Amino acid sequence: MILGIETSCDETAAAVITQEGAIRSSVVSSQADLHARYGGVVPEVASRRHLELVVPVVRAALAEGEATLDDVELVAVTAGPGLIGALLVGVAAAKALAWSRRLPLAAVDHLQGHVASLYLEPDPLEPPFVCLLASGGHTLLLDVRDRSARPRVLGSTLDDAAGEAFDKGARLLGLGYPGGAAVDRLAREGDPDAYAFPVARVPGLDFSFSGLKTSLLYAVRELDADEVEPRRADLAASYQRAIVRALVERTREAAASVRAERIAVVGGVAANSELRAALPDAALAPLPLCTDNAAMIASAARFTGAISYPRYLALDAYASSA
Amino acid sequence: MDGTAAYASNLPSRTEEIAAALAASLTPGDVVTVSGELGTGKTTFVRGASRALGVEGAVTSPTFTIGHRYRGRDVDVSHLDLYRFRGLSAAEWGDLEPYFDDAIVFVEWPEAGAGVLPPARFAVRIEHRGGDARIVSIRDADPRVRHGD
Repeated sequence: MILGIETSCDETAAAVITQEGAIRSSVVSSQADLHARYGGVVPEVASRRHLELVVPVVRAALAEGEATLDDVELVAVTAGPGLIGALLVGVAAAKALAWSRRLPLAAVDHLQGHVASLYLEPDPLEPPFVCLLASGGHTLLLDVRDRSARPRVLGSTLDDAAGEAFDKGARLLGLGYPGGAAVDRLAREGDPDAYAFPVARVPGLDFSFSGLKTSLLYAVRELDADEVEPRRADLAASYQRAIVRALVERTREAAASVRAERIAVVGGVAANSELRAALPDAALAPLPLCTDNAAMIASAARFTGAISYPRYLALDAYASSA
Repeated sequence: MDGTAAYASNLPSRTEEIAAALAASLTPGDVVTVSGELGTGKTTFVRGASRALGVEGAVTSPTFTIGHRYRGRDVDVSHLDLYRFRGLSAAEWGDLEPYFDDAIVFVEWPEAGAGVLPPARFAVRIEHRGGDARIVSIRDADPRVRHGD
């Protein structure tokens, strides 16, 4: 069994998977749960929260996976990129667990973890493929040639990430949290052709969503306060259409540029229903594995060189991939 | 003199130029807050300043990642975003503190950090002025370098 731990951003997560890539458990202490637990009070965005949650979350993952530490053969942890203080909590916990059991430890790149969500049972994907990784913090096009090598970056966002565009669009439309799901829901009731939101055409295979966000702002501003409500669904639908169109066009261009026959989509935005429908031929991360989780980190560890006991004690987290 | 200079911008590239001019006067340890509503060009401003300080590669919004730290020509440049914060607890400040260590620091949505963040050398405020027009106001918060001295 592989025990995975992920604490790079908001989620404290742990998972148990088999060496073959079958998920035994995947526990995510999501912020949404915390909102409920804290009675609607927004919890602090700090590594201290990871520190409070990492042990209970690991315990829950082992219990749900009907495993004990005796069954764990490898500990996998996200080493970066992310907020350094947050990463260090997971790295320290993983080191302590691995060291206490004299186990090897795999340091996993968070972004490669997202790609590795595609390698889990029951439908593991075989490279080569072009992968769109779209979340709140990242929007990347990756040329994935094999499961072990770091994929080549074909394009990335020059300003806002796609998930951020959804979230801030939701805020401009006065929708709730999480914004991406709220826009997705409301867009189903609206006309996607009601507004022609421009999508910046930047050179190469990069993305730009900042101007689109500003266009939505201008459109909302042109309406009187009482006009916004009846147009809200049309605005959401048109805005979502523009984001999805940009993602789909660039992804197809990227696939053509490297003559890839397969397209895959991972990350939180991969949960968007219009994006999923617009890429019917693509391999899509299963819904529970779109947002941050530890099963994908454990999955990536199957293809990442593990560090043998006890050489990983000097392992450090890294904030950025550059 | 109240130490505030205001510039008009109609284009992201103009906002970047205004930021680049400010960057020339920054030294490690300086904190620059960048305020303004959604879509005013705060990240654009930080990108312009970062480019002028020799940062290569994409300078993207840290709303979800909270912090980025880049290598500039002679200095490190940190880019923080407190959009998702409601206040700044001691523990949260502990997470952000490393980004202030020996770097020029830009903070978007600094309001949540009021009273906790180190004092800003410059406070930038960007406002919508209809259409693509923006007013970029730069307030010099350090009396030693106030304009007109």
